[in-house]
Amino acid sequence: MSQKSSTILTKEAGVDRKDIATQWQLMWWRFKRHKMALISLFIVIGFYFIAFIAEFLSTGTPHETNPHFSYCPPQTIHWFDNGSFRPYVENLTGKRDPETYMRVFTLEPDNKVPIHFFAHGDPYKFLGLFEMDRHLFSIQDVELRTDIYWLGSDELGRDLWSRLIYGTRISLSIGLIGVTLSLILGITLGGISGYFGGFIDSIIQRSIEFVRSIPTIPLWMGLAAALPKDWSIIKIYFAITLIISLFGWTSLARVVRGKFLALREEDYVMAARLSGCGTMRIIFRHMLPSFTSHIIAATTLAIPAMIISETALSFLGLGLRAPAISWGVLLQRAQNIQTVALYPWLMLPAGAVIVAVLAFNFLGDGLRDAADPYARGK
Amino acid sequence: MLHYILRRIGWMLVMIVGISVVSFFIIQLPPGDFLDAHIAHLQNQGDSVSLEVIENLRRQYGLDKPLHIQYLKMVNGMLHGDFGWSFSYERPATELIGERLLLTIVLTLTSVLFTWILAIPIGIYSAVRQHSISDYAFTFVGFIGLAVPEFLLALVLMYFAYSQLGISVGGLFSPEFMVAPWSLARVWDLMKHIWIPAIILGMGGTAALIRVIRANLLDELQKPYVTTARAKGMREWRLILKYPVRITMNPFLSTIGYVLPLLVSGSVIVSVVLSLPTVGPLLLRALVSQDMYLAGTIVLLLGVMTVIGTLISDILLLICDPRIRTGGTES
Repeated sequence: MSQKSSTILTKEAGVDRKDIATQWQLMWWRFKRHKMALISLFIVIGFYFIAFIAEFLSTGTPHETNPHFSYCPPQTIHWFDNGSFRPYVENLTGKRDPETYMRVFTLEPDNKVPIHFFAHGDPYKFLGLFEMDRHLFSIQDVELRTDIYWLGSDELGRDLWSRLIYGTRISLSIGLIGVTLSLILGITLGGISGYFGGFIDSIIQRSIEFVRSIPTIPLWMGLAAALPKDWSIIKIYFAITLIISLFGWTSLARVVRGKFLALREEDYVMAARLSGCGTMRIIFRHMLPSFTSHIIAATTLAIPAMIISETALSFLGLGLRAPAISWGVLLQRAQNIQTVALYPWLMLPAGAVIVAVLAFNFLGDGLRDAADPYARGK
Repeated sequence: MLHYILRRIGWMLVMIVGISVVSFFIIQLPPGDFLDAHIAHLQNQGDSVSLEVIENLRRQYGLDKPLHIQYLKMVNGMLHGDFGWSFSYERPATELIGERLLLTIVLTLTSVLFTWILAIPIGIYSAVRQHSISDYAFTFVGFIGLAVPEFLLALVLMYFAYSQLGISVGGLFSPEFMVAPWSLARVWDLMKHIWIPAIILGMGGTAALIRVIRANLLDELQKPYVTTARAKGMREWRLILKYPVRITMNPFLSTIGYVLPLLVSGSVIVSVVLSLPTVGPLLLRALVSQDMYLAGTIVLLLGVMTVIGTLISDILLLICDPRIRTGGTES
């Protein structure tokens, strides 16, 4: 009795917004409840934003070497000078220790080098369109010819911050392109397999089983080792992406196939068929949109695996090679324990990999929950 | 059931042949062959190489024949137990792999053991004490374990061991036992070194297993039979271990078959980082130097292990779950 009156009350007070919300709205509401996923969404957007404006954020070109500053430790940025906001770094001078031959850096606390924001620097094309030479921050003392190494430098004196920023671009775009390739393969083959069933289905399923039964990492290594050494960076980049996505598509194909098998028997598919729709139209116009959200979630979860694969391959020296810059290429420097112990800042790219991979995992998790807003749960 | 297993074995053989073809052609992909690299190396050292010698070597290894003949030659050798000759080590491939394979298997088994000992109790605990602080802590650690690639974990651990504890992690033996013959002292030395790589290798698997056990057990704990047992006054822990945990273990047992090949191929990169004397670094070096018989044998070996692992897991699944049995044979 009381239940009945309460429903009438809500009806009078206005319709429950849950009843009139569109599906995407419901998903967004559900997604928002997953706090980690929401935070991760911003982290991922931030990462891609960094990759997008890499030239602006870097202090110089990532390839610029400076033999006087090899293995320079991270410089501390002092934000306040005598109580007023005037960021500066203390000037560094490097000398070789005559006994150990290691470069020793000494700080000169009195020699303050001011940091300039939006300063002129190396010219570049912003977003590949506009000529620009402004950088977010840099040191403008041409005389001293020091760069600002707030994350340190590598053995050739290249600025780690600039290299990390540029590496973000390559590492993250490989994940995106790789996942697109596996998505195309996965949807096409999974769709055909699930829609037609029967003989075609078993052929495709057997080949998926075959691809999955090949041990992945040795095969990757084999394929990557087979790339000619004289290929250009761009060619290697696409080849590596292709190799990585070659194995990623199978799990997506399975998800898509399962969905198609279930949906094939639905009434609206029958209706579309009776109205004379072509096969391709039924697949792409009627069936695919009904599980777009699931595909988005599966895709997001596939990206971190690709980032890790690229990092691992490049780390082993089988993936991208210098002068290309990716997180894996940067980590190659941190391969032996002496380097790691003496120059620990070279491990920083590992932090970037871990944060990016965690963020993508949480994001994918949240998307997977949100993909089905009608499922049980509060 | 027998019929199903026989069919699976038949399919397995087809897979192995397929894998051997694929691995052979991948190894053949790089332009040139091992002799080209070898000759370049000799010339760099200032040795002149006579054309005659090269041609003789080429003929001896059958490198002048078309690809499919080379493939058949390799398979023929393998069927007779001859896995070819490693060009770069100048030793038979089987000899090289043999000593490393034992260590690989010991390492893999240790990390599997570590995974189970850690994952099963933690998984059960975090399901039973859902939403407790320790459950959240385990979930968080598990997420990191899943997300962090093992070779990065190896790097970080290596750094901390070196900078904080002052010990050098890496390798499976102390220098004095590196080439020594097997003895009790050497086994003990192995035991002292193996746990760090085993933990690193088992980390990802542990995290995944905790999640699976937790999710399965949470589903089971909702079921009416648990309530019934509780209503009858059964002790809580006895009840949990006796009924729901046993059911939870079913799908978990069925994946045992996958664990071995997964860890073997996963250990490749970690082994390179930690310079372990396992199969992984050998494969990497063989691939880079186009040592085709060595690389081919290793890839084939890993492929066969994967396929057999899948078969074992399918058979286990068949025994555990009768529903799959009927579905499998009738269709």
